[in-house]
Amino acid sequence: MTELRVEGVSLRLGGQPILRGVDLAVRPGEVLGLLGCNGAGKTTLLRIVTRVLAADSGRVWVGDTPLERMPRRELARRLAVVPQETHMPFPFRVGEVVLMGRTPYGGAFALDTPEDRRRAETALTKLGIAHLADRSILDVSGGERQLATVARALAQDPDVLLFDEPTAFLDLRHRVEVLGAVRELAASGRAALVVSHDLGLAARFCDRLALLAEGRVLASGAPAEVLTPANLRAGFGIEADVVPGPDGAPLVVPRVG
Amino acid sequence: MTVLSVRTLLLTLAALSVLLAAAVVFGLGVGSSGLSPGEVWDALRGQAGDGAAADIVLRIRLPRVLLAALVGAALAVAGVSFQALLRNPLADPYILGVSGGAALGGVAMLSFGAALGLGYSAVPPAAFAGAVAATSLLYALAGGRARFSATHLLLTGVVLNAFASALIVFLASVAGFTEGASIFLWLIGSLSGARVELAGWVGGFLALGLAASLPLARGLNALALGEESAEQLGVDVERAKRVLLVATSFMVGAAVSVSGLIGFVGLIVPHLLRLVIGPDHRLLLPAAGLAGAAFLVVCDTLARVVLESRELPVGAVTALVGGPLFLFLLRRHTLGVTR
Repeated sequence: MTELRVEGVSLRLGGQPILRGVDLAVRPGEVLGLLGCNGAGKTTLLRIVTRVLAADSGRVWVGDTPLERMPRRELARRLAVVPQETHMPFPFRVGEVVLMGRTPYGGAFALDTPEDRRRAETALTKLGIAHLADRSILDVSGGERQLATVARALAQDPDVLLFDEPTAFLDLRHRVEVLGAVRELAASGRAALVVSHDLGLAARFCDRLALLAEGRVLASGAPAEVLTPANLRAGFGIEADVVPGPDGAPLVVPRVG
Repeated sequence: MTVLSVRTLLLTLAALSVLLAAAVVFGLGVGSSGLSPGEVWDALRGQAGDGAAADIVLRIRLPRVLLAALVGAALAVAGVSFQALLRNPLADPYILGVSGGAALGGVAMLSFGAALGLGYSAVPPAAFAGAVAATSLLYALAGGRARFSATHLLLTGVVLNAFASALIVFLASVAGFTEGASIFLWLIGSLSGARVELAGWVGGFLALGLAASLPLARGLNALALGEESAEQLGVDVERAKRVLLVATSFMVGAAVSVSGLIGFVGLIVPHLLRLVIGPDHRLLLPAAGLAGAAFLVVCDTLARVVLESRELPVGAVTALVGGPLFLFLLRRHTLGVTR
Protein backbone atom coordinates (compact mmCIF):
# COMPACT_ATOMS: atom_id res chain seq x y z
CA MET A 1 0.00 0.00 0.00
CA THR A 2 1.40 3.40 -0.98
CA GLU A 3 -0.15 6.73 -0.14
CA LEU A 4 1.26 8.63 -3.09
CA ARG A 5 2.32 7.04 -6.36
CA VAL A 6 3.58 8.77 -9.47
CA GLU A 7 3.49 6.50 -12.53
CA GLY A 8 5.26 7.34 -15.77
CA VAL A 9 4.46 11.03 -15.58
CA SER A 10 5.63 13.10 -18.55
CA LEU A 11 5.07 16.74 -19.37
CA ARG A 12 6.23 19.15 -22.03
CA LEU A 13 5.97 22.88 -21.46
CA GLY A 14 6.48 25.26 -24.36
CA GLY A 15 7.72 22.36 -26.49
CA GLN A 16 10.43 21.46 -23.96
CA PRO A 17 10.25 18.10 -22.21
CA ILE A 18 10.25 18.87 -18.48
CA LEU A 19 9.38 15.44 -17.11
CA ARG A 20 10.05 12.19 -18.96
CA GLY A 21 8.36 9.21 -17.38
CA VAL A 22 8.84 9.83 -13.68
CA ASP A 23 8.00 7.02 -11.26
CA LEU A 24 7.89 7.62 -7.51
CA ALA A 25 6.13 6.14 -4.53
CA VAL A 26 5.85 7.34 -0.95
CA ARG A 27 4.61 4.92 1.70
CA PRO A 28 2.82 5.79 4.94
CA GLY A 29 5.29 6.65 7.68
CA GLU A 30 8.02 7.42 5.19
CA VAL A 31 9.87 10.61 4.31
CA LEU A 32 11.04 10.70 0.71
CA GLY A 33 13.52 13.41 -0.23
CA LEU A 34 13.35 14.70 -3.80
CA LEU A 35 16.67 16.11 -4.97
CA GLY A 36 17.96 17.61 -8.18
CA CYS A 37 19.52 20.72 -9.61
CA ASN A 38 17.48 23.80 -10.53
CA GLY A 39 15.39 23.01 -13.58
CA ALA A 40 15.50 19.24 -12.99
CA GLY A 41 11.69 19.18 -12.78
CA LYS A 42 11.10 18.92 -9.01
CA THR A 43 8.73 21.84 -8.72
CA THR A 44 6.91 20.88 -11.92
CA LEU A 45 6.39 17.41 -10.47
CA LEU A 46 4.97 18.92 -7.28
CA ARG A 47 2.67 21.12 -9.33
CA ILE A 48 1.34 18.02 -11.09
CA VAL A 49 0.80 16.21 -7.80
CA THR A 50 -1.12 19.24 -6.47
CA ARG A 51 -3.08 19.46 -9.73
CA VAL A 52 -1.89 22.93 -10.64
CA LEU A 53 -0.59 21.35 -13.87
CA ALA A 54 -1.90 18.29 -15.68
CA ALA A 55 0.53 15.64 -16.94
CA ASP A 56 0.63 14.86 -20.69
CA SER A 57 0.82 11.16 -19.87
CA GLY A 58 1.14 8.97 -16.82
CA ARG A 59 -0.85 9.04 -13.66
CA VAL A 60 -0.73 10.10 -10.03
CA TRP A 61 -2.49 8.04 -7.38
CA VAL A 62 -3.45 9.23 -3.93
CA GLY A 63 -4.23 6.07 -1.99
CA ASP A 64 -6.14 4.00 -4.54
CA THR A 65 -7.81 6.93 -6.33
CA PRO A 66 -6.38 8.50 -9.47
CA LEU A 67 -5.66 12.16 -8.82
CA GLU A 68 -7.86 13.47 -11.63
CA ARG A 69 -10.92 11.67 -10.26
CA MET A 70 -10.62 13.11 -6.80
CA PRO A 71 -13.00 15.98 -5.95
CA ARG A 72 -11.21 19.17 -4.93
CA ARG A 73 -12.21 19.12 -1.26
CA GLU A 74 -11.56 15.42 -0.92
CA LEU A 75 -8.05 15.96 -2.30
CA ALA A 76 -7.53 18.78 0.20
CA ARG A 77 -8.41 16.39 3.01
CA ARG A 78 -5.93 13.78 1.77
CA LEU A 79 -3.00 15.91 0.69
CA ALA A 80 -1.49 19.05 2.23
CA VAL A 81 1.23 21.27 0.83
CA VAL A 82 3.84 23.36 2.61
CA PRO A 83 5.27 25.95 0.22
CA GLN A 84 8.70 27.57 0.45
CA GLU A 85 7.27 30.73 1.78
CA THR A 86 3.89 32.33 2.41
CA HIS A 87 3.34 35.98 1.67
CA MET A 88 0.39 37.11 3.77
CA PRO A 89 -1.23 40.45 2.91
CA PHE A 90 -3.47 40.69 5.99
CA PRO A 91 -2.72 40.51 9.73
CA PHE A 92 -4.26 37.11 10.50
CA ARG A 93 -3.26 35.65 13.84
CA VAL A 94 -1.04 32.55 13.86
CA GLY A 95 -3.96 30.55 15.29
CA GLU A 96 -6.26 31.76 12.50
CA VAL A 97 -3.70 30.72 9.89
CA VAL A 98 -3.51 27.23 11.39
CA LEU A 99 -7.33 27.07 11.43
CA MET A 100 -7.31 27.75 7.68
CA GLY A 101 -6.06 24.17 7.40
CA ARG A 102 -9.60 23.15 8.35
CA THR A 103 -11.10 24.87 5.25
CA PRO A 104 -11.79 21.58 3.40
CA TYR A 105 -13.83 20.30 6.34
CA GLY A 106 -16.27 23.14 6.96
CA GLY A 107 -19.13 24.72 5.11
CA ALA A 108 -18.41 27.80 3.05
CA PHE A 109 -19.38 30.34 5.67
CA ALA A 110 -19.10 27.95 8.59
CA LEU A 111 -17.57 29.08 11.83
CA ASP A 112 -14.86 26.83 13.24
CA THR A 113 -16.18 23.78 15.06
CA PRO A 114 -14.78 22.51 18.39
CA GLU A 115 -13.13 19.75 16.35
CA ASP A 116 -11.43 22.37 14.14
CA ARG A 117 -10.22 24.19 17.22
CA ARG A 118 -8.93 21.02 18.85
CA ARG A 119 -7.00 20.00 15.71
CA ALA A 120 -5.50 23.46 15.37
CA GLU A 121 -4.47 23.57 19.02
CA THR A 122 -2.89 20.12 18.76
CA ALA A 123 -0.97 21.19 15.68
CA LEU A 124 0.25 24.39 17.35
CA THR A 125 1.41 22.46 20.40
CA LYS A 126 3.09 19.77 18.32
CA LEU A 127 5.17 22.39 16.52
CA GLY A 128 5.97 24.23 19.72
CA ILE A 129 4.29 27.50 18.72
CA ALA A 130 1.18 27.43 20.93
CA HIS A 131 2.42 30.59 22.66
CA LEU A 132 2.27 32.43 19.32
CA ALA A 133 -1.40 31.60 18.61
CA ASP A 134 -2.68 35.13 19.21
CA ARG A 135 0.22 36.96 17.59
CA SER A 136 -0.16 38.40 14.10
CA ILE A 137 1.48 36.21 11.47
CA LEU A 138 3.10 39.41 10.17
CA ASP A 139 4.88 39.98 13.48
CA VAL A 140 6.58 36.59 13.94
CA SER A 141 9.92 35.53 12.45
CA GLY A 142 10.31 33.71 9.13
CA GLY A 143 11.08 30.47 10.95
CA GLU A 144 8.04 30.77 13.19
CA ARG A 145 5.88 31.59 10.16
CA GLN A 146 7.10 28.43 8.45
CA LEU A 147 6.35 26.38 11.57
CA ALA A 148 2.84 27.90 11.48
CA THR A 149 2.53 26.77 7.85
CA VAL A 150 3.53 23.23 8.83
CA ALA A 151 1.00 23.39 11.68
CA ARG A 152 -1.64 24.52 9.19
CA ALA A 153 -0.83 21.52 6.97
CA LEU A 154 -1.05 19.27 10.02
CA ALA A 155 -4.45 20.71 11.02
CA GLN A 156 -5.56 19.71 7.53
CA ASP A 157 -5.13 16.12 8.79
CA PRO A 158 -3.84 14.74 5.48
CA ASP A 159 -2.45 11.32 4.58
CA VAL A 160 0.19 12.87 2.34
CA LEU A 161 2.29 15.97 3.01
CA LEU A 162 4.27 17.71 0.30
CA PHE A 163 7.04 20.10 1.23
CA ASP A 164 8.49 22.38 -1.45
CA GLU A 165 11.90 23.38 -0.12
CA PRO A 166 10.33 24.10 3.24
CA THR A 167 13.58 25.29 4.77
CA ALA A 168 14.94 27.36 1.89
CA PHE A 169 14.79 30.65 3.77
CA LEU A 170 15.44 29.41 7.29
CA ASP A 171 18.50 29.41 9.51
CA LEU A 172 20.02 26.13 10.63
CA ARG A 173 18.09 25.91 13.89
CA HIS A 174 14.74 26.41 12.20
CA ARG A 175 15.74 23.99 9.43
CA VAL A 176 16.32 21.31 12.01
CA GLU A 177 13.06 22.19 13.78
CA VAL A 178 10.96 22.07 10.61
CA LEU A 179 12.55 18.85 9.37
CA GLY A 180 12.18 17.34 12.83
CA ALA A 181 8.48 18.17 12.61
CA VAL A 182 8.33 16.46 9.21
CA ARG A 183 9.86 13.33 10.72
CA GLU A 184 7.36 13.35 13.56
CA LEU A 185 4.43 13.70 11.15
CA ALA A 186 5.72 10.71 9.20
CA ALA A 187 6.08 8.76 12.43
CA SER A 188 2.33 9.17 12.94
CA GLY A 189 1.72 7.23 9.72
CA ARG A 190 1.62 9.99 7.12
CA ALA A 191 3.60 9.96 3.89
CA ALA A 192 5.90 12.94 3.32
CA LEU A 193 7.59 14.10 0.13
CA VAL A 194 10.22 16.77 0.72
CA VAL A 195 11.87 18.73 -2.08
CA SER A 196 15.24 19.93 -0.84
CA HIS A 197 18.49 21.47 -1.99
CA ASP A 198 20.18 20.70 1.30
CA LEU A 199 21.79 17.33 0.62
CA GLY A 200 23.22 17.02 4.12
CA LEU A 201 19.92 17.54 5.91
CA ALA A 202 18.03 15.47 3.33
CA ALA A 203 20.38 12.56 3.95
CA ARG A 204 19.83 12.88 7.71
CA PHE A 205 16.07 13.39 7.79
CA CYS A 206 14.76 11.32 4.86
CA ASP A 207 14.26 7.55 4.78
CA ARG A 208 14.81 7.44 1.05
CA LEU A 209 15.97 9.86 -1.59
CA ALA A 210 15.12 10.23 -5.26
CA LEU A 211 17.45 12.18 -7.52
CA LEU A 212 15.80 13.90 -10.47
CA ALA A 213 17.88 14.93 -13.49
CA GLU A 214 16.61 16.26 -16.80
CA GLY A 215 13.09 15.12 -16.05
CA ARG A 216 13.99 11.54 -15.09
CA VAL A 217 14.61 9.73 -11.83
CA LEU A 218 18.34 9.16 -12.02
CA ALA A 219 18.60 7.23 -8.79
CA SER A 220 16.42 6.36 -5.84
CA GLY A 221 16.89 4.42 -2.64
CA ALA A 222 18.58 4.81 0.74
CA PRO A 223 20.58 8.04 1.11
CA ALA A 224 23.91 6.21 0.84
CA GLU A 225 22.83 4.56 -2.41
CA VAL A 226 21.74 7.80 -4.02
CA LEU A 227 24.43 10.18 -2.81
CA THR A 228 27.39 8.68 -4.66
CA PRO A 229 30.11 10.62 -6.51
CA ALA A 230 28.84 9.23 -9.82
CA ASN A 231 25.22 10.30 -9.17
CA LEU A 232 26.31 13.74 -7.98
CA ARG A 233 28.34 14.17 -11.16
CA ALA A 234 25.41 13.12 -13.35
CA GLY A 235 22.72 14.92 -11.34
CA PHE A 236 24.42 18.16 -10.33
CA GLY A 237 27.46 18.29 -12.61
CA ILE A 238 29.84 18.53 -9.67
CA GLU A 239 32.83 16.58 -8.45
CA ALA A 240 32.32 15.61 -4.83
CA ASP A 241 33.51 13.17 -2.25
CA VAL A 242 31.01 11.36 -0.10
CA VAL A 243 32.14 10.43 3.38
CA PRO A 244 30.19 8.75 6.17
CA GLY A 245 29.03 11.18 8.86
CA PRO A 246 29.23 10.45 12.59
CA ASP A 247 25.91 8.59 12.49
CA GLY A 248 26.55 6.86 9.19
CA ALA A 249 24.46 9.24 7.03
CA PRO A 250 26.47 10.24 3.96
CA LEU A 251 28.08 13.67 3.90
CA VAL A 252 28.65 15.32 0.53
CA VAL A 253 31.89 17.27 0.32
CA PRO A 254 32.15 19.18 -2.98
CA ARG A 255 35.63 19.53 -4.43
CA VAL A 256 36.85 23.06 -4.93
CA GLY A 257 38.77 24.13 -8.04
CA MET B 1 -6.10 30.51 21.04
CA THR B 2 -8.70 33.15 20.19
CA VAL B 3 -11.18 32.04 17.55
CA LEU B 4 -14.17 33.67 15.95
CA SER B 5 -17.21 32.59 17.94
CA VAL B 6 -20.88 33.15 17.22
CA ARG B 7 -20.88 35.44 20.24
CA THR B 8 -18.06 37.65 18.91
CA LEU B 9 -19.75 37.75 15.52
CA LEU B 10 -23.13 38.77 16.87
CA LEU B 11 -21.80 41.24 19.44
CA THR B 12 -19.62 42.98 16.88
CA LEU B 13 -22.42 43.25 14.35
CA ALA B 14 -24.83 44.42 17.07
CA ALA B 15 -22.39 47.13 18.18
CA LEU B 16 -21.95 48.31 14.60
CA SER B 17 -25.74 48.30 14.11
CA VAL B 18 -26.09 50.61 17.11
CA LEU B 19 -23.43 52.84 15.58
CA LEU B 20 -25.32 52.89 12.29
CA ALA B 21 -28.62 53.66 14.05
CA ALA B 22 -26.96 56.58 15.84
CA ALA B 23 -25.54 57.82 12.54
CA VAL B 24 -29.00 57.64 10.95
CA VAL B 25 -30.63 59.59 13.79
CA PHE B 26 -27.84 62.17 13.47
CA GLY B 27 -28.34 62.36 9.72
CA LEU B 28 -32.12 62.72 10.02
CA GLY B 29 -31.96 65.28 12.80
CA VAL B 30 -29.21 67.62 11.65
CA GLY B 31 -29.72 70.23 8.97
CA SER B 32 -30.89 73.75 8.35
CA SER B 33 -33.71 73.05 10.79
CA GLY B 34 -32.38 70.95 13.64
CA LEU B 35 -34.58 68.25 15.12
CA SER B 36 -34.12 66.38 18.38
CA PRO B 37 -33.77 62.56 18.31
CA GLY B 38 -37.26 62.44 19.86
CA GLU B 39 -38.76 64.46 17.00
CA VAL B 40 -36.96 62.23 14.48
CA TRP B 41 -38.31 59.14 16.18
CA ASP B 42 -41.87 60.51 16.17
CA ALA B 43 -41.63 61.38 12.49
CA LEU B 44 -40.35 57.91 11.65
CA ARG B 45 -43.26 56.33 13.53
CA GLY B 46 -45.68 58.60 11.72
CA GLN B 47 -46.70 60.34 14.94
CA ALA B 48 -45.47 63.80 14.12
CA GLY B 49 -48.71 64.64 12.35
CA ASP B 50 -48.57 66.64 9.15
CA GLY B 51 -46.08 69.13 10.50
CA ALA B 52 -42.91 70.37 8.90
CA ALA B 53 -40.81 67.95 10.98
CA ALA B 54 -42.42 64.90 9.40
CA ASP B 55 -41.98 66.39 5.95
CA ILE B 56 -38.33 67.18 6.49
CA VAL B 57 -37.51 63.78 7.97
CA LEU B 58 -39.51 61.54 5.67
CA ARG B 59 -39.51 63.39 2.36
CA ILE B 60 -36.24 65.28 2.34
CA ARG B 61 -33.71 63.65 4.64
CA LEU B 62 -34.72 59.98 4.76
CA PRO B 63 -34.11 59.21 1.05
CA ARG B 64 -30.72 60.84 1.28
CA VAL B 65 -29.67 59.13 4.52
CA LEU B 66 -30.89 55.81 3.14
CA LEU B 67 -28.94 56.28 -0.06
CA ALA B 68 -25.81 57.33 1.84
CA ALA B 69 -26.06 54.22 4.01
CA LEU B 70 -26.48 51.88 1.04
CA VAL B 71 -23.74 53.49 -1.06
CA GLY B 72 -21.38 53.47 1.94
CA ALA B 73 -22.14 49.82 2.61
CA ALA B 74 -21.67 48.86 -1.04
CA LEU B 75 -18.33 50.66 -1.31
CA ALA B 76 -16.94 49.21 1.93
CA VAL B 77 -18.03 45.65 1.11
CA ALA B 78 -16.60 46.07 -2.39
CA GLY B 79 -13.32 47.28 -0.89
CA VAL B 80 -13.06 44.17 1.30
CA SER B 81 -13.96 41.93 -1.65
CA PHE B 82 -11.44 43.42 -4.06
CA GLN B 83 -8.69 43.54 -1.44
CA ALA B 84 -9.24 39.84 -0.72
CA LEU B 85 -9.63 38.89 -4.35
CA LEU B 86 -6.48 40.71 -5.44
CA ARG B 87 -4.65 39.90 -2.17
CA ASN B 88 -3.76 43.56 -2.07
CA PRO B 89 -4.55 45.78 0.92
CA LEU B 90 -4.22 48.86 -1.29
CA ALA B 91 -7.02 47.84 -3.63
CA ASP B 92 -10.19 49.93 -3.51
CA PRO B 93 -13.57 49.56 -5.22
CA TYR B 94 -12.40 51.76 -8.08
CA ILE B 95 -9.16 49.96 -8.87
CA LEU B 96 -10.44 47.61 -11.57
CA GLY B 97 -11.73 50.24 -13.95
CA VAL B 98 -15.41 49.66 -13.26
CA SER B 99 -15.68 53.11 -11.76
CA GLY B 100 -13.93 54.61 -14.79
CA GLY B 101 -16.57 53.07 -17.02
CA ALA B 102 -19.35 54.30 -14.76
CA ALA B 103 -17.88 57.80 -14.56
CA LEU B 104 -17.51 57.94 -18.31
CA GLY B 105 -21.14 56.87 -18.78
CA GLY B 106 -22.30 59.47 -16.28
CA VAL B 107 -20.17 62.26 -17.71
CA ALA B 108 -21.27 61.44 -21.25
CA MET B 109 -24.88 61.81 -20.17
CA LEU B 110 -24.14 65.06 -18.32
CA SER B 111 -22.51 66.38 -21.49
CA PHE B 112 -24.99 65.24 -24.10
CA GLY B 113 -28.13 64.41 -22.14
CA ALA B 114 -29.63 67.87 -22.45
CA ALA B 115 -29.08 67.89 -26.20
CA LEU B 116 -30.90 64.56 -26.41
CA GLY B 117 -33.75 65.87 -24.34
CA LEU B 118 -32.83 63.71 -21.33
CA GLY B 119 -32.77 65.12 -17.83
CA TYR B 120 -30.52 64.51 -14.84
CA SER B 121 -32.44 61.33 -14.05
CA ALA B 122 -30.85 59.68 -17.10
CA VAL B 123 -27.40 59.97 -15.52
CA PRO B 124 -27.57 56.92 -13.18
CA PRO B 125 -28.71 54.50 -15.92
CA ALA B 126 -26.00 55.80 -18.24
CA ALA B 127 -23.36 55.44 -15.53
CA PHE B 128 -24.47 51.94 -14.74
CA ALA B 129 -24.34 51.02 -18.41
CA GLY B 130 -20.77 52.32 -18.40
CA ALA B 131 -19.95 50.13 -15.41
CA VAL B 132 -21.41 47.04 -17.09
CA ALA B 133 -19.45 47.80 -20.25
CA ALA B 134 -16.22 48.21 -18.27
CA THR B 135 -16.85 44.97 -16.35
CA SER B 136 -17.48 43.06 -19.57
CA LEU B 137 -14.33 44.49 -21.09
CA LEU B 138 -12.31 43.65 -17.98
CA TYR B 139 -13.70 40.13 -17.92
CA ALA B 140 -12.95 39.57 -21.60
CA LEU B 141 -9.48 41.11 -21.50
CA ALA B 142 -8.18 39.72 -18.21
CA GLY B 143 -10.23 36.52 -18.08
CA GLY B 144 -9.93 35.47 -21.69
CA ARG B 145 -7.12 33.17 -20.65
CA ALA B 146 -7.66 29.99 -18.69
CA ARG B 147 -6.91 31.63 -15.35
CA PHE B 148 -7.56 35.09 -14.00
CA SER B 149 -4.29 36.44 -12.71
CA ALA B 150 -4.51 39.17 -10.09
CA THR B 151 -1.72 41.09 -11.79
CA HIS B 152 -3.52 40.90 -15.11
CA LEU B 153 -6.74 42.11 -13.55
CA LEU B 154 -4.99 45.02 -11.83
CA LEU B 155 -3.09 46.12 -14.92
CA THR B 156 -6.15 45.84 -17.13
CA GLY B 157 -8.16 47.82 -14.59
CA VAL B 158 -5.54 50.56 -14.34
CA VAL B 159 -5.46 50.90 -18.12
CA LEU B 160 -9.27 50.94 -18.37
CA ASN B 161 -9.39 53.67 -15.72
CA ALA B 162 -6.72 55.72 -17.48
CA PHE B 163 -8.53 55.37 -20.78
CA ALA B 164 -11.85 56.39 -19.24
CA SER B 165 -10.17 59.35 -17.50
CA ALA B 166 -8.76 60.56 -20.80
CA LEU B 167 -12.19 60.45 -22.42
CA ILE B 168 -13.71 62.21 -19.40
CA VAL B 169 -11.12 64.98 -19.63
CA PHE B 170 -11.95 65.30 -23.30
CA LEU B 171 -15.69 65.53 -22.61
CA ALA B 172 -15.14 68.03 -19.79
CA SER B 173 -12.91 70.16 -22.03
CA VAL B 174 -15.49 70.51 -24.73
CA ALA B 175 -18.41 70.89 -22.29
CA GLY B 176 -20.09 74.23 -21.67
CA PHE B 177 -19.71 76.08 -18.36
CA THR B 178 -22.80 74.63 -16.67
CA GLU B 179 -22.14 71.07 -17.83
CA GLY B 180 -18.50 71.44 -16.78
CA ALA B 181 -19.50 72.40 -13.26
CA SER B 182 -21.90 69.49 -12.89
CA ILE B 183 -19.27 67.09 -14.28
CA PHE B 184 -16.76 68.35 -11.69
CA LEU B 185 -19.22 67.87 -8.83
CA TRP B 186 -20.28 64.47 -10.05
CA LEU B 187 -16.69 63.24 -10.26
CA ILE B 188 -15.99 64.20 -6.65
CA GLY B 189 -19.14 62.43 -5.58
CA SER B 190 -22.31 63.80 -4.10
CA LEU B 191 -25.56 62.41 -2.78
CA SER B 192 -27.61 65.54 -3.41
CA GLY B 193 -29.62 63.81 -6.13
CA ALA B 194 -30.97 61.21 -3.71
CA ARG B 195 -34.35 59.61 -4.42
CA VAL B 196 -36.00 56.60 -2.84
CA GLU B 197 -36.00 54.64 -6.13
CA LEU B 198 -32.22 55.05 -6.35
CA ALA B 199 -31.88 53.63 -2.84
CA GLY B 200 -33.85 50.58 -3.91
CA TRP B 201 -31.58 50.18 -6.91
CA VAL B 202 -28.35 50.32 -4.88
CA GLY B 203 -29.89 48.14 -2.18
CA GLY B 204 -30.63 45.42 -4.72
CA PHE B 205 -27.03 45.31 -5.93
CA LEU B 206 -25.70 45.49 -2.38
CA ALA B 207 -27.78 42.40 -1.62
CA LEU B 208 -26.33 40.71 -4.71
CA GLY B 209 -22.78 41.61 -3.67
CA LEU B 210 -23.28 40.26 -0.16
CA ALA B 211 -25.03 37.14 -1.42
CA ALA B 212 -22.01 36.46 -3.64
CA SER B 213 -19.28 37.26 -1.14
CA LEU B 214 -20.57 36.00 2.23
CA PRO B 215 -20.69 32.33 1.19
CA LEU B 216 -17.10 32.70 -0.04
CA ALA B 217 -15.87 34.28 3.21
CA ARG B 218 -13.98 31.26 4.49
CA GLY B 219 -12.42 30.72 1.08
CA LEU B 220 -11.34 34.37 1.04
CA ASN B 221 -9.49 33.77 4.31
CA ALA B 222 -7.64 30.87 2.71
CA LEU B 223 -7.01 33.00 -0.38
CA ALA B 224 -4.84 35.26 1.77
CA LEU B 225 -2.31 32.39 1.80
CA GLY B 226 -2.06 32.62 -1.99
CA GLU B 227 -4.09 31.25 -4.85
CA GLU B 228 -2.29 27.91 -5.05
CA SER B 229 -2.50 27.39 -1.29
CA ALA B 230 -6.21 28.22 -1.29
CA GLU B 231 -6.74 25.77 -4.13
CA GLN B 232 -4.86 23.13 -2.12
CA LEU B 233 -7.24 23.80 0.76
CA GLY B 234 -10.17 22.84 -1.45
CA VAL B 235 -11.26 26.33 -2.50
CA ASP B 236 -12.45 26.68 -6.11
CA VAL B 237 -10.40 29.82 -6.60
CA GLU B 238 -11.28 30.47 -10.24
CA ARG B 239 -14.99 30.24 -9.58
CA ALA B 240 -14.69 32.46 -6.51
CA LYS B 241 -12.81 35.08 -8.51
CA ARG B 242 -15.33 35.14 -11.35
CA VAL B 243 -18.36 35.31 -9.07
CA LEU B 244 -16.85 38.01 -6.87
CA LEU B 245 -15.52 40.02 -9.77
CA VAL B 246 -18.87 40.28 -11.49
CA ALA B 247 -21.09 40.70 -8.41
CA THR B 248 -18.78 43.26 -6.82
CA SER B 249 -18.34 45.21 -10.04
CA PHE B 250 -22.10 45.53 -10.47
CA MET B 251 -22.40 46.64 -6.85
CA VAL B 252 -19.74 49.31 -7.38
CA GLY B 253 -21.35 50.32 -10.65
CA ALA B 254 -24.71 50.80 -8.95
CA ALA B 255 -23.14 52.87 -6.15
CA VAL B 256 -21.16 55.09 -8.53
CA SER B 257 -24.13 55.54 -10.84
CA VAL B 258 -26.17 57.26 -8.11
CA SER B 259 -23.45 59.18 -6.31
CA GLY B 260 -20.42 59.69 -8.53
CA LEU B 261 -16.95 58.79 -7.38
CA ILE B 262 -17.01 59.02 -3.59
CA GLY B 263 -13.45 58.17 -2.64
CA PHE B 264 -11.85 56.74 0.45
CA VAL B 265 -14.82 54.82 1.92
CA GLY B 266 -13.89 51.58 0.18
CA LEU B 267 -10.27 51.86 1.22
CA ILE B 268 -10.46 53.27 4.71
CA VAL B 269 -13.40 51.38 6.21
CA PRO B 270 -11.95 47.90 5.54
CA HIS B 271 -8.61 48.97 7.01
CA LEU B 272 -10.14 50.62 10.05
CA LEU B 273 -12.12 47.47 10.71
CA ARG B 274 -9.14 45.15 10.25
CA LEU B 275 -7.28 47.14 12.86
CA VAL B 276 -10.13 46.78 15.32
CA ILE B 277 -11.80 43.41 14.64
CA GLY B 278 -9.17 41.55 12.61
CA PRO B 279 -9.09 40.32 9.03
CA ASP B 280 -11.44 37.29 9.23
CA HIS B 281 -13.77 37.77 6.25
CA ARG B 282 -16.67 35.99 7.93
CA LEU B 283 -16.85 38.96 10.30
CA LEU B 284 -15.21 41.61 8.15
CA LEU B 285 -17.64 41.48 5.20
CA PRO B 286 -20.89 42.08 7.13
CA ALA B 287 -19.11 44.48 9.50
CA ALA B 288 -17.83 46.51 6.54
CA GLY B 289 -21.40 46.87 5.30
CA LEU B 290 -22.59 48.34 8.61
CA ALA B 291 -19.51 50.48 9.25
CA GLY B 292 -19.38 51.77 5.66
CA ALA B 293 -23.04 52.76 5.93
CA ALA B 294 -22.53 54.59 9.23
CA PHE B 295 -19.39 56.31 7.98
CA LEU B 296 -20.97 57.67 4.80
CA VAL B 297 -24.15 58.78 6.58
CA VAL B 298 -22.06 60.84 9.00
CA CYS B 299 -19.84 62.22 6.24
CA ASP B 300 -22.80 63.16 4.07
CA THR B 301 -24.53 64.87 6.98
CA LEU B 302 -21.40 66.90 7.62
CA ALA B 303 -21.23 67.69 3.91
CA ARG B 304 -24.74 69.09 4.15
CA VAL B 305 -24.23 71.25 7.21
CA VAL B 306 -20.63 72.46 7.66
CA LEU B 307 -21.05 75.34 5.22
CA GLU B 308 -24.04 77.46 5.94
CA SER B 309 -25.16 78.49 2.50
CA ARG B 310 -24.10 75.52 0.39
CA GLU B 311 -23.08 71.87 0.39
CA LEU B 312 -19.62 70.36 0.24
CA PRO B 313 -19.21 67.37 -2.07
CA VAL B 314 -19.30 64.33 0.25
CA GLY B 315 -16.24 62.90 -1.54
CA ALA B 316 -14.17 65.67 0.02
CA VAL B 317 -15.56 65.03 3.50
CA THR B 318 -14.82 61.28 3.47
CA ALA B 319 -11.12 61.97 3.08
CA LEU B 320 -11.13 64.86 5.57
CA VAL B 321 -12.84 62.79 8.27
CA GLY B 322 -11.45 59.36 7.42
CA GLY B 323 -7.82 60.30 6.94
CA PRO B 324 -7.01 61.54 10.45
CA LEU B 325 -9.13 58.80 12.04
CA PHE B 326 -7.23 56.19 10.08
CA LEU B 327 -3.82 57.61 10.91
CA PHE B 328 -4.76 57.73 14.59
CA LEU B 329 -5.77 54.06 14.59
CA LEU B 330 -2.76 53.05 12.54
CA ARG B 331 -0.49 54.75 15.07
CA ARG B 332 -2.19 53.01 17.99
CA HIS B 333 -1.79 49.78 16.09
CA THR B 334 1.90 50.20 15.41
CA LEU B 335 2.39 51.08 19.07
CA GLY B 336 0.91 47.68 19.89
CA VAL B 337 -2.14 49.02 21.74
CA THR B 338 -4.65 47.12 19.64
CA ARG B 339 -4.37 43.71 18.03
